[in-house]
Amino acid sequence: MFSFVIKRLLVTVPMVIIVVSLTWGLIRLAPGNFYSGEKKIPPAIEKNLREKYGLDKPWYVQYGKMLGSVLRGDFGNSLKYEGQSVNSILGRTLPVSATLGLLAYLLALIVGITVGTIAALKQNSRLDYASMAVAMLGISIPNFVLGPILVLIFSLSLYWLPPARWGAFPSANVILPVLTLSAIYMAYIARLTRSGMLEVLRADYIRTARAKGLTEKQVVMRHALRGGLLPVVSFTGPALAFLITGTVVVERVYALPGLGNYFINANLNRDEPLIIGIVAFISIAVLIFNLLVDIAYAYIDPRIRY
Amino acid sequence: MKEERTATEQGRDANDPALTTLGTPPTAPVQRQDADIIHPTAELAVGEADIRTAGRGEVLAGTSLWKDAWKRLLKNKLAVFGLIVVCIIVVVSIIGPPIIAATTGYTYDFIPPDSRLNKSFPPFTAPDGTFSWTHPMGTDNAGRDILARVLLGGRISLAVGIISTIVSLIIGISYGATAGYLGGKTDDVMMRIVDVLYAIPYMMIVIVLLAFFGGRSPTGQLFLLFAALGAVSWLTMARIVRGQVISLKNQEFVLAARATGVSTGKIIFRHLVPNTLGPVIVYATLTVPSVMLQEAFLSFLGLGVQAPLASWGSMTTEGIQNLAVFPWQLIFPGVTMALTLFALNFLGDGLRDALDPQMRKF
Repeated sequence: MFSFVIKRLLVTVPMVIIVVSLTWGLIRLAPGNFYSGEKKIPPAIEKNLREKYGLDKPWYVQYGKMLGSVLRGDFGNSLKYEGQSVNSILGRTLPVSATLGLLAYLLALIVGITVGTIAALKQNSRLDYASMAVAMLGISIPNFVLGPILVLIFSLSLYWLPPARWGAFPSANVILPVLTLSAIYMAYIARLTRSGMLEVLRADYIRTARAKGLTEKQVVMRHALRGGLLPVVSFTGPALAFLITGTVVVERVYALPGLGNYFINANLNRDEPLIIGIVAFISIAVLIFNLLVDIAYAYIDPRIRY
Repeated sequence: MKEERTATEQGRDANDPALTTLGTPPTAPVQRQDADIIHPTAELAVGEADIRTAGRGEVLAGTSLWKDAWKRLLKNKLAVFGLIVVCIIVVVSIIGPPIIAATTGYTYDFIPPDSRLNKSFPPFTAPDGTFSWTHPMGTDNAGRDILARVLLGGRISLAVGIISTIVSLIIGISYGATAGYLGGKTDDVMMRIVDVLYAIPYMMIVIVLLAFFGGRSPTGQLFLLFAALGAVSWLTMARIVRGQVISLKNQEFVLAARATGVSTGKIIFRHLVPNTLGPVIVYATLTVPSVMLQEAFLSFLGLGVQAPLASWGSMTTEGIQNLAVFPWQLIFPGVTMALTLFALNFLGDGLRDALDPQMRKF
């Protein structure tokens, strides 16, 4: 187990370098420059600009500089947001995205597991069919359609909730974004829980548990859920990747100052240090998170050994 | 026929493609159990009955895998619903635009020259506020017919979904089949590369790619989308095909082919790949909606399909900007898209149950 974790952590470094290099290569291969716009820049000014940002040096020097900044964890200053370092932007936007993602995933876990378990226990009942149809609907409605429709209903028609902007965490602003983001996970988790539980409920150890006279509640909570939730645990890894694209959408829809929103703007502004910073940060986060999921998986499922 | 299929299925279970060499199950792996334990649905019971009758010596001649699967698919009401809706949407988006152009004279990029029309009209409303059949879905900010644009969006979304899936099929099948058939070190290296690629948040790289290389021309952007989305969605396909090929490659027909001197390339593509088609088709049908969703996501961000072309995603973005005043600009493309994805997902699920009952996950 220990050597497995070390190995995976060591793999993380080259992986991040690969991702960052790929991103950097794409940015540099693209025609144009961050300063090239509508107006023609006089050659003297262009020369100064190139000197200032080190663009006059050979590509490998620039590449080395970029790689060094990633390895040090100091990505320099943003080109667009002048006077702000990439790290300060990361520090400011990350809490927004993380709160959003975490709350959405928690909500999805609670609702999804409950619905999935009930559906599995009442398999082939109307309740089962209805909840699975709703779950399929949740998977099929894109979040950028769901979000505006929720705004239309709850903000623009009923005037219950604010339609946009971010407040501090316990505020009404959080409700609609979290709901929008978590819908698809609720649906996935409900489906995964149902299928996992259906398989487990037929297993011999559940029959044993029933045979020794445990109540149905004990059988489900103590014995079935542990096995039935394995698919949900392994979904957590891919879910993080979805969650990143999901937060991008939700932050765009609700105009939230999160990481995703800044990432898209950085791309539109060709803000290279900010793009590299966010890509590196997210890659590390995804890799570490996947590792944590694998470790959790081994703890829950004793049949898995690394 | 029956026996042969069960044998391959058991073979595949032994070489479960869902498990990576790093020990990370990529998507929702299900604990494999013996075939006689999992019987969650009625559809499976049908298959069982077939086997039992076969055992009693009833004639099963003429029931090919495909006919059998088709029969099972038709028994699944939701899948049939999905199939019908998908067919309707495909047909309507192909024949719809010419019909609209012929009857009302509107095309997806036709902007009425009348300057008073610089306003979006609700569904079934003429410029003077009376009832009219001209715009069943209303018009957008520039006065363009939303129905015509939704249908064009359908064409584009379906084209992106299908073409990118084909791209991912070509890469995934060649890669997975080669790795699986060659085995050994080659297989190790090739699958390790897939593992590495799996862990990359590729959507970020696609965003960078489209932001920096896109925006030249609407058609150029479309080709970039096909390539980018196809290039990132072949990984699971490669794993599935590899698993299948490994379970097949030691069977007699491959040995026979090798004995008669068929080349390695031909064995892979003429003998092995056709036998993996069942799971491949199932996964491909589920790839189409997910690619369509990714296309819409990118178009929503302004990085995908560009004006004057329309996609459901880009129409949604415009709709959000005018949400409070002209909600129909969002609702029609949004609902059409949700309905299409809904239908495609049901169809994919149904096909999975019909073609490959053992793969059933939900």
